[in-house]
Amino acid sequence: MANGFLLVGRRALNFVARLGSTFILLLKTVYYFKEIPRSLGLIVDQFFFIGNKSLPLIVITSIFIGAVSAWQAAYQFQFIGAPLRYLGAAVGKAIVIELAPVLTALVVAGRVGAGIAAEIGTMKVTEQIDALESMAISPVRYLVMPRFFASLTMIPLLTIFSNFVAIAGALAVSVLFVDLSYETFLNGIKNSFQIFDMVSGLTKSAVFGAIIGIVGCHEGYRAEGGARGVGKSTMEAVVISSVMILIADYIIATVLFKV
Amino acid sequence: MMSAQVIRIENISRAFGSKKVLNGINLAVDKGESLVIIGQSGCGKSVLLKHLNRLLRPDSGAVYIHDKDISLMPSEELFELRKTIGMLFQSAALLDSLTVGENVGLGLREGWKYSKSEIADMVRDKLELVGLANTENLYPSDLSGGMRKRVGLARAIATNPEILLYDEPTTGLDPITSDIINNLMIELREKLKVTSIAVTHDMTSAYKIADRIVMLYNGKIEFEGTPEQVRNSGNEIVSQFINGRATGPIEVQ
Repeated sequence: MANGFLLVGRRALNFVARLGSTFILLLKTVYYFKEIPRSLGLIVDQFFFIGNKSLPLIVITSIFIGAVSAWQAAYQFQFIGAPLRYLGAAVGKAIVIELAPVLTALVVAGRVGAGIAAEIGTMKVTEQIDALESMAISPVRYLVMPRFFASLTMIPLLTIFSNFVAIAGALAVSVLFVDLSYETFLNGIKNSFQIFDMVSGLTKSAVFGAIIGIVGCHEGYRAEGGARGVGKSTMEAVVISSVMILIADYIIATVLFKV
Repeated sequence: MMSAQVIRIENISRAFGSKKVLNGINLAVDKGESLVIIGQSGCGKSVLLKHLNRLLRPDSGAVYIHDKDISLMPSEELFELRKTIGMLFQSAALLDSLTVGENVGLGLREGWKYSKSEIADMVRDKLELVGLANTENLYPSDLSGGMRKRVGLARAIATNPEILLYDEPTTGLDPITSDIINNLMIELREKLKVTSIAVTHDMTSAYKIADRIVMLYNGKIEFEGTPEQVRNSGNEIVSQFINGRATGPIEVQ
């Protein structure tokens, strides 16, 4: 029994310590934002890796997210007897507020979060980070800040892209399989569109981007040992950022949307 | 009075978990001196070396460089200090996303105000010095272990540091490449008057490059002397190590 408490206590302490060190890394990273002008080259590389290279993945996932949500919504509309002309409104709102930001973030957490953690973790265990330090280069400025900044800015951009593609997917399903006209669907979206939805979706995705960037870097930094340590860090980066994205999503929803 | 001492280590101890790796080390290194630290793998040689540019901090005790306690330095000052200390890592630790030229020029590019062409010139000079002219555009993965180490050396000396730290400079290299590295280390000391500290268990290299040899054993300094004194010491532990005998007073974990 006492051992049980000890174990729970130790786990809790570890959890708090980890959260704390992630937060400290975040503060250091933000401090190095003043070095953005001279780190532009490094940041642009990360824009490319996090932004451009994620596009194909985002296109494929978004088409299907849009398509399946239109299909499911149409099915439920029939069930409750709601008129199908509201399909565009319902699906559009769901995509802009919730589906595109969250699913983009989760998919990118898998690709980018894992990539960042594996790269930084490998650099840690092969002394490349020590080498940077020994050359008087701050690894936080050189490695963490560009990745964090790129993740913070690129994930909202990817989300905007995802909004368009997902709505196109939904439109295609509605027109081809639900017998809804092109105009009816788009009018539904137009009439229900509020700028607030877009802003809140993008606010969320910026928070998700920050989570992916900082967790990926922090977990990479914690890597120890060799291939096994890097593997563990990579896995944990994906797991922790995915869980944190969902928790943050709930918190932001309760703050932004009063029911 | 200005002391000729560049580095002074005062009673430092460092543990990892329950394992005490360094246990009260005192050591001083003079300007221009070449000190070699020998000892078994895992005895804390590399750990000691990493305390000299604060890649690690001691649990107790202090490291002074030019009479300044480096563990208390604010990070701006530490960065300035690190620009005067070059380090060659055991595995060379080249950044694998950068080319050889970018690796060698990295410190110059990020921390100094040189133009691109000045940096390119300096990189070419250093690569020539280590016998790797015209390798700027290769990637570390294209190189052999010995070449990587020489690039690591070129990178360590790129900023003309006053102090050079070598972590196992010849380990894992063939005897000829080892000797090339040894000669380079001697040349650097003679030409550039750098103070150097090398960690190794390669005795051929230690005898060749050292003014003074220190042997670490069980977290303490077991023996200290010139290469000649090390060769002729009556100390059983030293003799077992330098002659490479499996049995003797050293307990192998």
